[in-house]
Amino acid sequence: MSDASLTFQEMILRLHAFWSAHGCLILQPYDMRMGAGTFHPATTLRALGPQPWSAAFVQPSRRPTDGRYGENPNRFQHYYQYQVILKPNPANLQELYLESLAAIGVDPLMHDIRFVEDDWESPTLGAWGLGWEVWCDGMEVTQFTYFQQIGGFDCKPVAGELTYGLERLAMYIQGVDNVYDLRFNDTVSYGQVFLENERELSKYNFEVADTASLFDGFAKAEAECQRCIEAQIPLAAYDQAIEASHLFNLLQARGVISVQERASYIGRVRDLAKGSCAAWIEKNTREWEAKFPGWTV
Amino acid sequence: MGSEVPGVDGMTQFLLELRSEEVPARMQAGARRDLEKLFREHMAAAGVALGALTVWSTPRRLVLIAHDLPLATEAVSEELKGPKLGAPPQALEGFLRKTGLSQEQLMERDGVYFAISEKPGRATSEVLAEAIPAIIRAFPWPKSQRWGAASISTESLRWVRPLSGIVALLGQDLVACEVGDVRSGYATMGHRFHHPGEITIGSAADYQDKLRACHVIVDHAEREGLIRQRAKAVAEAAGLALVADEGLVIENAGLTEWPMPLLGRFDEAFLEVPPEVIQLTARTNQKYFVCKKDGKLANAFVCTANIEASDGGAGIVAGNRKVLAARLSDARFFWEQDRKKTLAQHAEGLARITFHEKLGTVADKVERVAKLARWLVEEGIVKSSPSLLGEGDRSPQASGGGAPPSAASATATSPSKLGEDLASLAEQAARLCKADLVTEMVGEFPELQGLMGGYYARAEGLPDAVADAIRDHYKPVGQGDDVPTAPVTVAVSLADKLDTLAGFFAVDEKPTGSKDPFALRRAAIGVFAIVQTCALRLHFLEVFDCAIATLADQQLPLRSRLEELGQGAIDIARIEKLPLTKAYRDGLHLAVEQTSIELIAFLADRLKVQQREAGVRHDLIDAVFALGGEDDLVRLLARVHALQAFIGTSDGTNLLAGYKRAANILKKEEYAPGESNPAPELAEAALIAALDKAAPTAAAAVEAEDFAGAMAALASLRAPIDAFFDDVTVNDADPKKRAARLALLDRFRVAVHNVADFSKIEG
Repeated sequence: MSDASLTFQEMILRLHAFWSAHGCLILQPYDMRMGAGTFHPATTLRALGPQPWSAAFVQPSRRPTDGRYGENPNRFQHYYQYQVILKPNPANLQELYLESLAAIGVDPLMHDIRFVEDDWESPTLGAWGLGWEVWCDGMEVTQFTYFQQIGGFDCKPVAGELTYGLERLAMYIQGVDNVYDLRFNDTVSYGQVFLENERELSKYNFEVADTASLFDGFAKAEAECQRCIEAQIPLAAYDQAIEASHLFNLLQARGVISVQERASYIGRVRDLAKGSCAAWIEKNTREWEAKFPGWTV
Repeated sequence: MGSEVPGVDGMTQFLLELRSEEVPARMQAGARRDLEKLFREHMAAAGVALGALTVWSTPRRLVLIAHDLPLATEAVSEELKGPKLGAPPQALEGFLRKTGLSQEQLMERDGVYFAISEKPGRATSEVLAEAIPAIIRAFPWPKSQRWGAASISTESLRWVRPLSGIVALLGQDLVACEVGDVRSGYATMGHRFHHPGEITIGSAADYQDKLRACHVIVDHAEREGLIRQRAKAVAEAAGLALVADEGLVIENAGLTEWPMPLLGRFDEAFLEVPPEVIQLTARTNQKYFVCKKDGKLANAFVCTANIEASDGGAGIVAGNRKVLAARLSDARFFWEQDRKKTLAQHAEGLARITFHEKLGTVADKVERVAKLARWLVEEGIVKSSPSLLGEGDRSPQASGGGAPPSAASATATSPSKLGEDLASLAEQAARLCKADLVTEMVGEFPELQGLMGGYYARAEGLPDAVADAIRDHYKPVGQGDDVPTAPVTVAVSLADKLDTLAGFFAVDEKPTGSKDPFALRRAAIGVFAIVQTCALRLHFLEVFDCAIATLADQQLPLRSRLEELGQGAIDIARIEKLPLTKAYRDGLHLAVEQTSIELIAFLADRLKVQQREAGVRHDLIDAVFALGGEDDLVRLLARVHALQAFIGTSDGTNLLAGYKRAANILKKEEYAPGESNPAPELAEAALIAALDKAAPTAAAAVEAEDFAGAMAALASLRAPIDAFFDDVTVNDADPKKRAARLALLDRFRVAVHNVADFSKIEG
């Protein structure tokens, strides 16, 4: 757009202000490596159960296989998602979302905003929902989902989840073609902050990561998760599910998981996520049923 | 009813708009059909006479307008027939219980009780108020969801996306109804951005115009027409030709309420990526049309926006251009990455992909296909043809890996040398034909399998014949798809399909009923198409023996089944000839036999289905099959075609009648072939003479594959057999004469069987 357009950090601050004004808790990123904001326990676990929940946060997301050594202008193994979760979803969620776009400078009369079918499914979380990818001039800028199930459990009530791709939106708003040219603030570029990270982490993900340790780590996280489930500490168990999921992603980037094995690994991660969700529900059901008469799992 | 402006004769229009958040484009056509169907069912059940219906959809609304709807339903009198007057009392009691009437309320007519129920007429508005929620609740969306506060119960309303409003107007009157937390009203919404506020609808009559004024073209067909016409126009204005794509027209119409096709350009440098890749990424990822100039893909796209921007769409085009550039960068990245390895190197990765748990990896399959492809050439089933020579001329490396360069000059090569070259090329192509499955590009766009392999093969300098074979070996994919004719392609394509058929039958994964998870029927049809198009002479039994032996050679788990079946192995001479490990041979015989028998029966079945579509009678195929031993498709079909032509003539019809008469007599009577009558009657002698001539002629003609000649020979029997039945009594009092005449009829039947088993022919 123009020089007056928002910097990367201003955009985040505007979104924080917007969603804060609409009653969301503004949380901080979860301190673990994960593939998407959906993995944040403030999404996955909080989407379960009857109690209302509104939160917004930035979540650094790691997709090892998407790394391009910093050489691709819009593919990277690390990026930021802006995640909003509203339970139950308000009736005007689409309108709220469009207002939030306006708040960061997207004019829907000049740019073509579209809701294009995209049914979301996370095999590793045992979760699915219906919704759209939101297009801005043909670019997917947000994933908009009405959660139907998480960890294999019905969402009662349904939560609305908005996942903004911050770099894509910023590239669009600032009118730059290369992510590394984004203005992080008025003096520092995104590339100055992250280009070297992309180079090194791409190399690590694809070439250096020790696969034996990864396999070992996966097995340990799996075992630890089970122990935590048995100990009825579902939040701790879920941390291990997140860990296992990321290690699996790294193993995939290293190209050491065959097509047949892949399904089996996904199943193992899903079992951890489902087990954690089940333990979370079990631990909270009595309280939920008391506070919301008539509610059952 | 207080409608102020009812139509003629108390008729009026009804408008129903079901507004929701964006409905997936691909579901809209089905939703229109379902809405019409459900509405008709509900109105029919309530006795509301329906005239014409109009059904429209946009991403945000499903609309139905019923024209000429009566304001009330007619009173209906229904008559239910009961027992007869004199029937046992239980029957009458039962009828009264069922109808809830007393005996006095029944009517008697013609000695039978009737129950009469009067249904008074109802206001249509009342019927509609009940029908609308029922239709919404019963709507068969392919996928539906819950939403909002109500979804704290899983019993809450489901819809494809949240349902946000209902407009239901009979004439100008609101049909008040409620479903979930949505109540019907007069208000709808205009275009999401051009007209964000509410609009009040007066009636069906002003609905379309009011929406149009608010930037919504509610008629999907009108939007489709606009896209078709404007996309073409913007391309032509730039001196380009739009590549028409009806699927994209419909999809874009399902994504927009105010469609605006816009032309954009992309960097010409991307044209180095294969055009199919560009078209596919533009189409599937971005829903863009592509354009051509002078018959070649141009660096332009047409996107369809949903707004009319004040800058004429320049900003929108710029944004879309950037997105496409990113997509094409990725495609070019894959294109470059993939070419860093040779196809042979990629093929190593196939060992990591399971083809089927009982049939090993894709690498195992490739190994089998390679052997089979070579075998098809070495056996002379697939031969060199002028088209291969042509390719040899074009490509100096036509001899492929391993063969000496001198073989390149195909025209100067001896036939056997040419055969060896062809076998090597076929094997080489087969070994590489699945390699693209592990490339980045095919990982991203699975529908490009084969095609990318072809590109990569050419890029690394493999012979054109090999590249073509890799590209086309999946063909023909369906009815109407191109059928390969280039010899190398034919060998690989055929080998691939034959291996698939043999493999799945060998491990007992046969299609059942409507289930054909491995597309074996399609493989069979593909084999037929290739064999027929290229007039390949092959014996399926031999081919399958080889295919199964190749499978067996890999020591796959199917070995146990083969060995199990092989207990008490029988000796089949042809298995002995196969290139098979000694250790394996003993366990194979029966298994091969069994699998081949099942396969041939399956192929015969598919052949009948395929030929029926081509107008060939299935009973004639049966009649030829019934003779046994025919597993050469080309010969079989030539024979069937000749038979069909013959049966259509009066000679054929009459001969068939004579055959059936003879067969009927022979079925009932005891006889011994070979008896003869020393003093034959005239017609009897004539038939003997005709048979003496026709039988050897027909047999010789069949041997020479002159099936028309064989039919002509049979035709010469028509007059004699008719005369025989007219003039001669088979069941003569003299047992010798009777026996001789039965034997003569048997000779006649045997002669006919030279050509086909006429007992299988219907009519």
